[in-house]
Amino acid sequence: MITTLERPASLAMPAEAGQSAAVPALLIEHLTKTFEVGNRRKRKTVTAVNDVSLRMERGEIYGVLGANGSGKSTLVRLVSTLLSVEQGRVEVFGNDIVRDEMAVKRLINRVSVDAAFFKKLSPAENLMYAARLYGVDARHARAEMVRILNRLGIATSRINRPLEQMSRGMQQKVSIARAFLTSPVLLLLDEPTTGLDPRSKLEVQEFVEEIRREHDATIVLTTHDMDEAERLCDRIGLLNDGRLVAEGTVAELKATVDNARAGGATMHDVFMTHTGRSLDDDIEEPRNEDE
Amino acid sequence: MALLTRELRASYAFVERNFNLSKRYWGWEVAFLVYSVAGALAVTLIGLDQANARLLLTLMVGATFWNYLSVVFSIIAEQISWERWEGTLEYTMMAPVRRLSQLFGSTVFAILWGLLHTTVVLIVLILFFGIDLSNADFLSAGVLMLIGSLSIIGIGMIAATLPLIWVERGDQMVFVLQSLLLLISGVYYSVTILPEWMQVISAFSPATYILDGVRLALIDGVPITDLLGGHVLPLVVMAAVFIPLGAWVFGRAEAYAKRTGKLKRVG
Repeated sequence: MITTLERPASLAMPAEAGQSAAVPALLIEHLTKTFEVGNRRKRKTVTAVNDVSLRMERGEIYGVLGANGSGKSTLVRLVSTLLSVEQGRVEVFGNDIVRDEMAVKRLINRVSVDAAFFKKLSPAENLMYAARLYGVDARHARAEMVRILNRLGIATSRINRPLEQMSRGMQQKVSIARAFLTSPVLLLLDEPTTGLDPRSKLEVQEFVEEIRREHDATIVLTTHDMDEAERLCDRIGLLNDGRLVAEGTVAELKATVDNARAGGATMHDVFMTHTGRSLDDDIEEPRNEDE
Repeated sequence: MALLTRELRASYAFVERNFNLSKRYWGWEVAFLVYSVAGALAVTLIGLDQANARLLLTLMVGATFWNYLSVVFSIIAEQISWERWEGTLEYTMMAPVRRLSQLFGSTVFAILWGLLHTTVVLIVLILFFGIDLSNADFLSAGVLMLIGSLSIIGIGMIAATLPLIWVERGDQMVFVLQSLLLLISGVYYSVTILPEWMQVISAFSPATYILDGVRLALIDGVPITDLLGGHVLPLVVMAAVFIPLGAWVFGRAEAYAKRTGKLKRVG
């Protein structure tokens, strides 16, 4: 039997809290992020995100598609308040992430490519830590975490065992459960299925679809899996060298290639056309050296 | 009121998490405790070897209370590198929690854990050496420890920023700082035997006043009223300076880390 998840009543959506429905879920305007890399003698400036602008509406799943090192994770970190915004503007449901940082933090949560947990702690202990940080009532959190984890296929008997004893796929599911437990109105999924086995990948994708179907959630999904982007996303932005080079629905993006080729284009064709490279190409990520 | 409740709840998250981690890493906690007890015994035995009761008590107080201060300092100073190593630093830093609440939670745990650790060490030493502390003024010692802990926490907060700024070398710097505190604070000897320039530096270490004051309280039974000017006042001043300074430095370091991308997991 498939159980569905319910958003905790104590945590209202922004529109329910009196904000206008016309306010975009995420508004990014001319966002640029640079890093100084290299040692003192060979220092250079790398632009990780370059003049990116985009707008997401509530309830939308927006895919950011790009090769490794194209700036996807930097973009998510900027929205997550983990990197400072020096050029441009970011708003989450009308809250400026610089001016209203704490308000933004209450509205978002992030699932990163590596399940960031205290691996010696159990899922229950890790999730309770998250619940307390986000101000979720402990009794409510205990009941919710069991329900969410069960829904994701994690048996109650495993909830109190250390996370290090779980497979990577299971850990990633716990990571998604943790994010969902705090009821974010904007969920940032940073390559949530990278490195997962096909079955776990499918389960995570099904869960994302369920979240959209049942909960009016707004999701930013970064991925370099074209099939995943095509399956899950309402709109997709292609990121290349930090720039947003194309944006639209899958059909719209394919049409841009179809016009040129007059045939049935794939997302791979779309990506090649707009970036001039394959998604399998790795771009060297900027590395900050402090030594 | 709701804000205070939320922040206290968030602070408690750090206390509970750290106790859970200590429980899960119980093998290491036992190992550290055994090491602390053995170290304190080894140092204090020098007093027995010299057949000098005062030296024995001086070393015992030094070993025991340095253990407390170093546990408190380490827990606070290493919180960033610990989370970076676990891979949870970004998750914690993006949570809607004020840094003061985070630091308060870590501090409460550090003091509780330090007291637990030190009580075990002290009990073993008293039983081992059959020490008579009937003349001791425990109230004086307790007050000094409490006030002294505040300034140590301030220094710990400043030290915690080192791994934020220098990802690779920050831990090493914290270790060096702790070693220097050990050297200049008269843990096993009077600071008067240090070279003059080191004595000047030792005047800025809260551990100097804590250890000297606790010795006077436990060995000579000096009441707290006689320690106000020479010990309590410098500790209060240091706490008033180091805690706000620590919070400010931490905020600046976090801003720097966010600008340069150093919250990201490395290794």
